[in-house]
Amino acid sequence: MEQILANGVYLGSQYAMIALGLTLIFALMNVLNFAHGQMYVIGGFVTYTFYGQLGVPFVLALAMSCITLAILGALIERFLFAPVIRGSSREESTMLLAAGIAFFLDAVILLVFGEKQRGVPKIVDGVFNYDFRVIMPYDRILICVLAILSIIAFIGLMQYTKTGRALRALAQDRIAAQLMGVNVDRYSTIGFALGAMLAGLVGGLLVTITGMNLGMGGPTSIKAFMMVMIGGAGVISGAIWGGIILGFMEAIGLAVLYQYGDITYLLIFVSLMIFLAIRPQGLMGKPWG
Amino acid sequence: MLSVSTKQMIGVGIFLFAIFVGVPLIIGATGRWDFYFTLTSVALLSIASAGVWLTFYIGRINIGQGAFALIGAYVSAILVVKSGWSFWISLPAAGLFAAMVSIIIGIPILRLRGVYFAMITLVLTQVVTLTALALPITNGARGMSSIPLPSGVSLFGIPILPDFAGMENTKLAFYYTACILMIVTYAALYRLVNSRLGHLCRSMQQNEELASSIGVNIAYIRVVIFAISSFFGGIGGAMFGSIAQSVYPSSFQVVDSVNFMLHCFLGGLGYVFGPMLGTLVLYFGWDLLFEFGKYQMLIYSTVLILIIRFLPNGLLSLRANKGNDK
Repeated sequence: MEQILANGVYLGSQYAMIALGLTLIFALMNVLNFAHGQMYVIGGFVTYTFYGQLGVPFVLALAMSCITLAILGALIERFLFAPVIRGSSREESTMLLAAGIAFFLDAVILLVFGEKQRGVPKIVDGVFNYDFRVIMPYDRILICVLAILSIIAFIGLMQYTKTGRALRALAQDRIAAQLMGVNVDRYSTIGFALGAMLAGLVGGLLVTITGMNLGMGGPTSIKAFMMVMIGGAGVISGAIWGGIILGFMEAIGLAVLYQYGDITYLLIFVSLMIFLAIRPQGLMGKPWG
Repeated sequence: MLSVSTKQMIGVGIFLFAIFVGVPLIIGATGRWDFYFTLTSVALLSIASAGVWLTFYIGRINIGQGAFALIGAYVSAILVVKSGWSFWISLPAAGLFAAMVSIIIGIPILRLRGVYFAMITLVLTQVVTLTALALPITNGARGMSSIPLPSGVSLFGIPILPDFAGMENTKLAFYYTACILMIVTYAALYRLVNSRLGHLCRSMQQNEELASSIGVNIAYIRVVIFAISSFFGGIGGAMFGSIAQSVYPSSFQVVDSVNFMLHCFLGGLGYVFGPMLGTLVLYFGWDLLFEFGKYQMLIYSTVLILIIRFLPNGLLSLRANKGNDK
């Protein structure tokens, strides 16, 4: 039981970070970022290249992941999303763009990093063992702590800085924020970069444990969508709750139903659909986001 | 009611001539027999895309068509292989079954809107894939393979449809079948859009509350539309399974659902024939780029991004810009 809880916390903290990036981008621009999973994979590969291949210290490699993805996100927003949102008669066109970018990033990953599964050496050795009831390798604990710290840092950024205030204003009401003197274009770019950066950061953290391969992008995006739906689209606290809930559901499901294989995911999907039928806006979302 | 101008009639005539006479002639002349399979796929995928387009018409983004296509493919395969039905009966049965499933699922989830609906339909595709893996009747990951080709149909001793298994050139036969199905689908779609129901759909697309306040039964209409849409998906999927002679849980995945959506977007959401054009451009383009090997995906996605960057309202919006819109 303790093991399941520990696994749940571990999974939940990472999931929450993935969902945070997605929900931030959604809240700011009403864009469903299909390419989020691909951004996560790129983050993992950047850390792999710097830490695994070039021998740069892990923290520095992680920072490189963040910077790469932030720049990538800013470029994508500035040169693709912003003009399309301006020129399109329907908001949904951004979904096509997002899917196109997902394909594009997949192609780039395939050409640059290949299709092989890549892993890096462990950052810390050893296994934490509490009376054989909780067994957790130290590197997982470290990653979990780092993830939780980043989430706290992100919330701090959103709550207590000028940038965060502007972003929150933007998420609440774009036009009102503009009228209050917020530079909407600039903060949209910053927000998108921040969302992409979070995806890259999780990728960089997780490459040390699960490794990284080309095929992980799509399923990660789907999981992120689910978390965002559980918590409510465009709500920061909702994304965190969604991540934690999905993490625990997966940990419990895999422990209880491990002999049935994929049944866990089927049950999660089905219960999500039932939940959404009862509460369409998720736990904390605004109706009809 | 339904007024068809001479210009439109000529356009349809040229189109029919092109696909039934022109394409076989060109393929015969160039010897690219593989194009038959590509074009057949285009025709079938555009049937499923037509369904997606119809859900757009009531203002819902549907990324779940892959689910219904997979359901259709499995229902048809199971009926043909395990119950020994004729394929031609199993085809509408597959469509109806998909429609029935969509009604049961649709009643709760059609209350969702916007991104929520898009995301839940995306999850639905995943659910159906996982269900196909888990159920015993679908054979799990091994799927259903060596499905017999469609058999002949005769009414009162007069052969109506030939036996595909005894045919020399099944590619051509499948091409014609797919094209006929596609034309029937789009004719039905055109008729639907220009009917009273179509007007009601447009009113829902603009504002559901307003439509509801002037007496449109929105709950009923959206379920009906979703069911029709899934019917198309089921038919397309069933036919696809029959051509490939096999169905696997991976036959239609999330990527396919997203692709159906892309076809509609690319063609243009405001035009009935948009999804057909979008499917043709995307699928045929993908096939032509095969020669570029590993750069196929890169070129494909770059072109896709450029198209949406510069034509965010779809390919057919080029025509509207010239001022002679529908």
